[in-house]
Amino acid sequence: MSPDFLKLIFGRLTFESLPLHEPIVVGTFVVVALGGAALLGGLTYFRLWGYLWREWFTTVDHKRIGIMYMILGIVMLLRGFADALMMRGQQMLAFGGSEGYLNAHHYDQVFTAHGVIMIFFVAMPLVTGLMNYVVPLQIGARDVSFPFLNNFSFWMTVGGAVLVMASLFIGEFARTGWLAYPPLSNIGYSPDVGVDYYIWALQVAGVGTTLSGINLICTIVKLRCPGMTMMKMPVFTWTSLCTNVLIVASFPVLTVVLALLSLDRYVGTNFFTNDFGGSPMMYVNLIWIWGHPEVYILVLPAFGIFSEVTSTFSGKRLFGYTSMVYATVVITILSYLVWLHHFFTMGSGASVNSFFGITTMIISIPTGAKMFNWLFTMYRGRIRYELPMMWTIAFMLTFVIGGMTGVLLAVPPADFVLHNSLFLIAHFHNVIIGGVVFGAFAGINYWFPKAFGFKLDPFWGKMSFWFWVTGFYLAFMPLYVLGLMGVTRRLRVFEDPSLQIWFVIAAIGALFIFIGILSMLMQFAVSLLKREQLKDVTGDPWDARTLEWATSSPPPDYNFAFTPVVHDNDAWWDMKKRGYQRPLTGFKPIHMPASTGTGIILAGLATAMGFGLIWYMWWLAAASFIAMLAVGIGHTFNYHRDFDIPAEDIIRTEDARTKLLAGAK
Amino acid sequence: MSRLKILALLPLAVALSGCNYVVLAPAGDIAAQQRDLVIISTVLMLLIVLPVMALTALFAWRYRQSNTAARYEPEWDHSTKLELVIWSAPLLIIVCLGALTWMGTHLLDPYRTLGRIHADRAVDQAKAPLEVDVVALDWKWLFIYPGYGVATVNELAAPVDRPINFRITASSVMNSFYIPALAGQIYAMPGMETKLHAVVNHPGTYKGFSANYSGAGFSGMHFNFKGLDDTGFDAWIASAKSAGGSLGRAEYLQLEKPSQNEPVRRWGTVDADLYRLILNMCVETGKMCQSEMMAIDAKGGAGHQGLNNTLPLAYDKYARRGTAFGPEPSFVAGTCTPDAPQGKTTASITAPTDTMPLIGAGLKRPSFTPLKSSSFFLGQRPKSDS
Repeated sequence: MSPDFLKLIFGRLTFESLPLHEPIVVGTFVVVALGGAALLGGLTYFRLWGYLWREWFTTVDHKRIGIMYMILGIVMLLRGFADALMMRGQQMLAFGGSEGYLNAHHYDQVFTAHGVIMIFFVAMPLVTGLMNYVVPLQIGARDVSFPFLNNFSFWMTVGGAVLVMASLFIGEFARTGWLAYPPLSNIGYSPDVGVDYYIWALQVAGVGTTLSGINLICTIVKLRCPGMTMMKMPVFTWTSLCTNVLIVASFPVLTVVLALLSLDRYVGTNFFTNDFGGSPMMYVNLIWIWGHPEVYILVLPAFGIFSEVTSTFSGKRLFGYTSMVYATVVITILSYLVWLHHFFTMGSGASVNSFFGITTMIISIPTGAKMFNWLFTMYRGRIRYELPMMWTIAFMLTFVIGGMTGVLLAVPPADFVLHNSLFLIAHFHNVIIGGVVFGAFAGINYWFPKAFGFKLDPFWGKMSFWFWVTGFYLAFMPLYVLGLMGVTRRLRVFEDPSLQIWFVIAAIGALFIFIGILSMLMQFAVSLLKREQLKDVTGDPWDARTLEWATSSPPPDYNFAFTPVVHDNDAWWDMKKRGYQRPLTGFKPIHMPASTGTGIILAGLATAMGFGLIWYMWWLAAASFIAMLAVGIGHTFNYHRDFDIPAEDIIRTEDARTKLLAGAK
Repeated sequence: MSRLKILALLPLAVALSGCNYVVLAPAGDIAAQQRDLVIISTVLMLLIVLPVMALTALFAWRYRQSNTAARYEPEWDHSTKLELVIWSAPLLIIVCLGALTWMGTHLLDPYRTLGRIHADRAVDQAKAPLEVDVVALDWKWLFIYPGYGVATVNELAAPVDRPINFRITASSVMNSFYIPALAGQIYAMPGMETKLHAVVNHPGTYKGFSANYSGAGFSGMHFNFKGLDDTGFDAWIASAKSAGGSLGRAEYLQLEKPSQNEPVRRWGTVDADLYRLILNMCVETGKMCQSEMMAIDAKGGAGHQGLNNTLPLAYDKYARRGTAFGPEPSFVAGTCTPDAPQGKTTASITAPTDTMPLIGAGLKRPSFTPLKSSSFFLGQRPKSDS
């Protein structure tokens, strides 16, 4: 076969593109391939493919999609954390003339992949998954506004994750840092496929994120049950609304800036080049106009979770509901006015720097107010220390430290000495782990019984908690110290041997977190085995306050047999107090959306298109694009979009619940 | 038992004693003032953070379920007085911190010329500041001393107590020029110029490096910064002079090729125009300088003819390359007009000589005129040069 023909088919992809020269990657590949083969074999052996396809892959049920988001987040957490362990190992070893065990080509990919995966494919799916699962239940809806879109959004996020994972074994990932600043990320300095993987992974996943943002806004605005005015929405729903407003307003900026970068890389435009009037600083501005709201996209839902958890486990109404809502809205607006604080040191004038420094500090006022509101929710409460509440206390103590160092970094002269240092790394891990990750774990432990009908095992949960929390402090407090010694981020080798002890401590911390993650997986496994002991039949294991606890665990497909009517912020608490009786008769058929495979097919084609564009397989890109259009148009002729759950089915489901509840008493 | 505990603490003690908290104990006045701001801001915030942490622990303990003696008011969810405190306490802290930020940011603007060289010493006006042109290359630092006609790679020296004016640029990608002991960092970016004014007060050898990841050789991109007394500095310049060699355009084009872990190098003479050419990305002969382009554009541009004024690019740092669908890589060819002396970039902000400390009672607002080009596109990219 002629080389030209091969090039036409495979584009840039050759045997040399496979990282066969990197023993670590080859080893990983063998493990992943064996594990993957075992999994696929198992699925085939137990004939689960049909079940998975019908009940999960093509489902439009927001609850199942939410669960799939959580699974995606946890799987990607393992990958992102493996990268973290590799970095900690490298930085611990590379002293005194040692090069460590990772070469620059590999190490630079590892830290880039770690950042990208943790933000886009761990934190985002965990947050989106919780919102997807909980919001429709909290507002008494049967599903989201656009159930098919929800399925499509999820599979687009998976598509992005698949591209990132593919880069591990086919070619390479970006070696630019997680935001891929040009000129380094432009064609002149990164001519390989790494940055193209980065671009298309984020573009494919970004479509999903934007659409799921639109979907959830619409759901919250239009599908609330009767009586639930805006100021009677649960706080988690409020923070979800604000988060999705942020998503819809900021992700298009990311899409555009990456599109401009790909124009530079594919057709030779000069948006961000050094020559021909390009301005790399424009990229930095644009990406942070997305990037700063992004951190609030992640942390606002976590704030919502903590609000729900604190008031539930304190057995008390949330203190200052109104000020909590206003604080959330203020944070939403202000998060757009602070992006420049990520690059004070790029030479803006003092007035510009001060402006953005001070707007950043102002955000700490509503955030502080929230902190006090949680505090005074605990005040004169009766706090039950179940796992979600433990995570919340850990959050409150940890997050204030991260908040403080964040405000410190917002003082431009302080930022000039701490920017890009390990102090900064410690800061943002402090707020993202202490805020978002702890929040996600609180949420998982809190809502797991709702989703599966049994609680999570407390012993392994506590193991996970203590290892995570001590691991976090061990891993990141040394980085604060190193930052004050002037050590910068992303270094691969070090000269000064006196620094080594701190990296050793940090690596030990990372190992603790590793044990924490293993304990969490153990917790899931043990809980599954002990599910009969941990069973909850009431649907309200925590004596909670919001509507999602009014239905059974797991909720039926239709969520609520009758749409609830709300009279109070804590709707379910109010219902319980007033002696609410579950209706037992008068069920009517319920109109529900039907499953469809279009979402997963479209996302698969989009992923193939991304892969084609990355490797210059133009035929593949073009064919996938045309196929996408065809499938999209074809879907408009699908008239089997909805169906009615017959009343008999509902009567059967509800009767079963009545029996269960009677048994529980 | 206690001996065992001490033994357990030993590695920590060794680590701590060997540590050099350079950010907290710098050798230059600017870094010292930045350090002061770090500490004052932290103390200000601790005023609210510590009570919050203490209250969290207290409430978490006091209102635990098993403590039935504690009051329980499940319906209590509002208190206007508390709300006022909740919002105003952080607000007060931020008002103070905001004022401090506004003043500190202006006083410590890296573009601002120094008003003092030490907390209690004004700038000696008789002594001209030391000019140093800094170029971040892949992956090493080039320092040009225009006043002395010498250049070095990966070694920087300056006399103690003499203000240093850095002009900073880069050849290919973004870096950040940072000597923690001397002053805060500032980005080094191709085709653009940033500035830094600083002074070193204590003699010694300090670490300098790039604080922004720039590719494969990034880890090795560090240098020694030497604070020397006047005689020591003169000797250092003399040794550079005697190193011989000349850094011209051709030598620079060799030097800027990517290399890692470069040893210290010195040149006794240096092309006086080199820094301007690097900044304007026209060290290669035949390439039009950015300053020329901007001058042409400021006069209305070259019109359609300008489109034809490109030549195929033969050398592009690593290799000659283009994009999949784009035109062949090219560069703008220089015109025959002699390059106007555009090398002098925007004026510095001149501060009045003022030895008043940054912080303390009775701080007055610095008199300050905003710089014309203090936009996002700093330095080399003013709206118009002509």
